[in-house]
Amino acid sequence: MTNVTAASGFSRFSCWWMIFRIALEERLAYRGDFALGTLMRFLPIITQIFLWWAVFESVGISGSTTGRLAGYTFPDMVAYYLLSMLGRAFSSMPGLASTVAKQIRDGEIKKFLIQPIDMVGFLFLGRAAHKVAYYTVSTLPFALVFFLCRGYFTAGWPPAETLVAFCLALLMAFALGYLLDLCIGLIGFWFLEVSSLLFVYMLLNFFLSGHMFPLDLLPEPWHTIVDYLPFKYLAYFPAAIFLGKVSPDELWQQLGVECLWLVGLILTARMLYARGLKRYSGYGG
Amino acid sequence: MMVDAKPKHPNYWLVFLTFARNSLVRDMMFRANFLLEAVSSLSWAIMNVGFYWIIFEHASSIGVNTGWGKYEFFVFMGTTWIINSIVQAFFMPNSEEFSELIRTGGLDFAMLKPMDTQFLVSLRKVNWSSLSNLLLGCVLLAISLSHLMHRPEHPWVFHPSILFLYPIYILCGVAILYSLMICLAATSVWLGRNQTLYDFWFYITNFSRYPMEIYSKGWGLPLLLLFTFIIPVLVVVNVPARMLAQPLSPRASWEWPLAGFTLLAAVLSVLGSRWVFTRALRSYRSASS
Repeated sequence: MTNVTAASGFSRFSCWWMIFRIALEERLAYRGDFALGTLMRFLPIITQIFLWWAVFESVGISGSTTGRLAGYTFPDMVAYYLLSMLGRAFSSMPGLASTVAKQIRDGEIKKFLIQPIDMVGFLFLGRAAHKVAYYTVSTLPFALVFFLCRGYFTAGWPPAETLVAFCLALLMAFALGYLLDLCIGLIGFWFLEVSSLLFVYMLLNFFLSGHMFPLDLLPEPWHTIVDYLPFKYLAYFPAAIFLGKVSPDELWQQLGVECLWLVGLILTARMLYARGLKRYSGYGG
Repeated sequence: MMVDAKPKHPNYWLVFLTFARNSLVRDMMFRANFLLEAVSSLSWAIMNVGFYWIIFEHASSIGVNTGWGKYEFFVFMGTTWIINSIVQAFFMPNSEEFSELIRTGGLDFAMLKPMDTQFLVSLRKVNWSSLSNLLLGCVLLAISLSHLMHRPEHPWVFHPSILFLYPIYILCGVAILYSLMICLAATSVWLGRNQTLYDFWFYITNFSRYPMEIYSKGWGLPLLLLFTFIIPVLVVVNVPARMLAQPLSPRASWEWPLAGFTLLAAVLSVLGSRWVFTRALRSYRSASS
């Protein structure tokens, strides 16, 4: 008995490993395009640095490390953008929702019905492989940019506990980003075309995740509302942890809330998938 | 005899109108989608205004003595929207398709047609819903200008020359951005796959979204020179917006030379894009078939 389960466990693992490896190789096939893309991704940071430099200057507190705008010094602001980019690198899932919706529309999703592979897990591995490939190629540019900008991290490295929480927050941001995108894609079972829905989601994501600006800048009623939404975990939260904007006792409580969001979204995705398959009618060849 | 009188080349204006009409007909087939696209770009724009609104909650202007206060900057933003929406409506869908045509070998069809390939490839589709941002840009301009007109010091004054200069410089900006875009798309011939076209485009034009003064210090200076004189994206919005918003009075001495340079840059960009395009066609080997 145990032998059989062990064997099936092993074959299951090797199956997942194979999927992961294929996805990884697929992603690494176009390395040049990929590396170029990574390098380009840092360009907006430059304009943000200059924009905030000008803004801080006009308030009269540029250059000083004590003058603050909503709790951020100018170096903090730049560090925030760099860190939020790191968060986005984990949490953004380009093309996931639209691919899922397209597979539903074209009937390609049938392959998950006739093969003993779970789609939610399969796509997750694909994305994980994507991220691993992404970091293999882009660690160097990332490290270079952070090294060049080390002057903006005025507080130096945070304490070990904060670093652990930061890494956890990044990993959870990946899972959260994946699940949110997947759920939007799975709505395709009902609407077939989700591009406009996806756009609304991307818009909210862009604005409310803290990608555009630190959420602390928001005026009050909005700040509290955004605090309750899951978007902030995608970019703002990891950066805020690193910069010490989240107090230690609040830190683990917030991570707990993020966990709850994750569990809720896993259940939602499972439900959407199961319900969706029931009404699925397999269009196309 | 009448047959001989027929022109050898098609009437490009009529061809363009046909393209535009076809696109409109197609867009109107999916009216709900069209409406949704317009609404979503509206919400995108509102969100953008929101971001700068938040900035101006904390600061009175972008940079010291640059004159880019809240409403001057909103004039700048309106100009950005107008230029970008024109580019997105007429050239963006085509450039994306151009690089796809290169990759899949579909470009053969365009090269066989008895008309200029660059014209055909650049204007085949019109994305009408992108023009909603043009409208929005005009609304933002009108609101901001009326605010500027009623401010206590240095109120904005209308000068008839602006009616003539502003559209010309908008067109210059569009020409520069178009040239850049078609050059980027043409690189697919050499790179094989060019999925980052849109990203690259976004990141490059990102520099043009802000008043150029913000780059004029520290290590921004080389960038300012690069994006003004080598890849002239900084003059695209800055020159027309500055003319209209009149952020400083008296005007800076470099404004008119820069305006002159913009005209030159527009012409050179178009010629450059033409050169890159023909080079790309020469290197093009049909895929498949």
